[in-house]
Amino acid sequence: MTQRTATQEEAYLAASASFESNGASQDPAWARELRRDALDAFRELGFPTARRGNEEWKYTDVTPIARVPVRFGPAGTAPRVDAEAVANTALGGPSWPQLVFVNGRYSDALSSVDALPSGVTAASLAEAMRSTPELVQPHLARFAEYRDNAFAALNTAFLHDGAFLHVARGAQVEAPIRLLFLSTDDGEETVDHPRALIVADRESSASVLESYASLSAGERLTNAVTEIVVGAAARLDYYKVQRQSEQAYHVTNTHVALERDSWFSSVNVDVGGRLTRNNLNLLTLAQDCSCSLTGFYMVTGRQHVDNQVIIDHAKPYTTSRELYKGILDGRSRSVFHGSIIVREGAVKVNANQVDKNLLLSDQAEADTKPAFWIYCDDVKCGHGAACGQMDPMALFYLRSRGIDERTARGLLTRAFLSEVIEGVANETLRSQLDGLVAATLREWLGDVG
Amino acid sequence: MLQITDLHAAIGDVEILKGVDLSVSAGEVHAIMGPNGSGKSTLANVLAGNPSFAVTSGDVLFEGESLLGALPEDRARAGIFLCFQHPIEVPGVRLDHFMRAGFNAIRKSKGMDEFDVLKFDRLLNERVDVVEMDRNLTKRAVNEGFSGGEKKRNEVLQMAVFEPKLSILDEPDSGLDVDALRIVAAGINQLRRPDNAVILVTHYQRILNYVVPDRVHVLIDGRIVRSGGKELALEVESRGYDHLGRSAEAITASG
Repeated sequence: MTQRTATQEEAYLAASASFESNGASQDPAWARELRRDALDAFRELGFPTARRGNEEWKYTDVTPIARVPVRFGPAGTAPRVDAEAVANTALGGPSWPQLVFVNGRYSDALSSVDALPSGVTAASLAEAMRSTPELVQPHLARFAEYRDNAFAALNTAFLHDGAFLHVARGAQVEAPIRLLFLSTDDGEETVDHPRALIVADRESSASVLESYASLSAGERLTNAVTEIVVGAAARLDYYKVQRQSEQAYHVTNTHVALERDSWFSSVNVDVGGRLTRNNLNLLTLAQDCSCSLTGFYMVTGRQHVDNQVIIDHAKPYTTSRELYKGILDGRSRSVFHGSIIVREGAVKVNANQVDKNLLLSDQAEADTKPAFWIYCDDVKCGHGAACGQMDPMALFYLRSRGIDERTARGLLTRAFLSEVIEGVANETLRSQLDGLVAATLREWLGDVG
Repeated sequence: MLQITDLHAAIGDVEILKGVDLSVSAGEVHAIMGPNGSGKSTLANVLAGNPSFAVTSGDVLFEGESLLGALPEDRARAGIFLCFQHPIEVPGVRLDHFMRAGFNAIRKSKGMDEFDVLKFDRLLNERVDVVEMDRNLTKRAVNEGFSGGEKKRNEVLQMAVFEPKLSILDEPDSGLDVDALRIVAAGINQLRRPDNAVILVTHYQRILNYVVPDRVHVLIDGRIVRSGGKELALEVESRGYDHLGRSAEAITASG
């Protein structure tokens, strides 16, 4: 298949028709209606282009994404993946509960949900839509607005499988719950639309690790939507780690809504993907909630990573802190576009945003663009952005102590990300992410001591 | 140990060292004094191999072999240590890890066993006392948030750990109060041995009351204009560099 964008859009529409007529036809009427509505929206929107003067997509050209051949296997089936491959790929502790998806399809056999603590429901979304619609329907597609976002629309148009996580009121969950999305060329599919809905009821506390990895290196599109609702006085720590192949296009729309007195943290990690675009939208629904949004990305070759973070301080006494750091080598490119909106009447908002990039090559490029929309006087907002090369004096300092240049570069590069790594609340993940950074640097620079 | 012959060095197009000759033997302490901008720090950095400076002519022999072209890490492994005038902050790298990495890299280059964490910690704790430094500082990021005095002590601590043959101290006294100066100087003195040598670069005579030099050299405008014993430092103190600078011009004019 070598169709261009316009005909590719038609291919998605055709794929939708066959999707509706097989496995997904058993879904409740409201879900089918939601898909129809989203498909109409996608038909209307088409894939975004920079040519429309579209600021949101100014630095990221999605043409190659739109060109990925569209093939779907029948709903409800997934290519076989053996448990060992899952164990080798999964992050986190081996005893942590895990839902596994292969090419966007839930795999009961590969998942381990026996160890779920009380108060936690973790299930396939398709299953939850049928069995507990009262928990799903009020939240699904409520915050992930698809009427003005083609990728969210496309995901919603194929909404069926996915993860549903529910943490009951007051439940205190220690071990992070894992959602592992694997992609493989062993199936027919070239496109998957992972979907996750995470609802943390009031006064609960939990953490979630959502990770993406490729088991083979073919060209494919992963177009994910995750919706997170954090109830009053609830706490949720959310980790998203993307390690897809260098031929993968990875697009995610993550929407977070915070109720009063809640806390939310996210750590967003990208070390894979040919082209990655993360939209992270956070909305404060009530006062006195706080969030910490951090992340790092490491790109080389011709990789492109684009993080768009929008924090909507709709309510007073809300706090946000953002810290993103990037390491770029080769001819890679990064975009960080951080918007902070402070609505009228949202007094005493405190928002701080930092994005820093370390360029290891002359040909790498980092674009960082803070945007503040402040409609209230009594607020405190700050931002810092930096793109630079390694400090030659720091390099000389290390070398003057006998450390060879390559090791010194590795140490300083790793140190650059330590601020983000050290902020990772979960100890197991902290050390695994540190290991991921070290392994990536070894791949780039060779053995660095 | 060290033989510098007609050394010229530049940063970019600007020539800073304009023909330095200096000879240092084992067991000696040489003080290099001079006004701001005279090339003292450049000399220290050139000896340690800072790639920001280019040697344009002349030679530097260390234990009979030319240092020119040797990488900074190779010089460190050969036993040269630079005590930085402005120690660099390295957020994210713990001081003890940093020192152990360098220490082991040097040992490895000599075919010696590397020290594990426990063994290195024992050594480190012993040497920390030489500079009366707070041990907790070694668990923090290199120089990050250290006071001026702590940074200088940290440099001397590293010198104590690495036990170099040739220590080049670039203004170890700048910005120190009298107590800190005494501690830093005592540390330097404790590390003096018949088989190692020290080049102490300073702007002021004061530290030389504590670290008594065998030779004093006055560097002005990229050249050593006067060399002498420790009494030369006192002359600089009482009469200033202008007097020597003028005599340097006189020498240049007449020569």
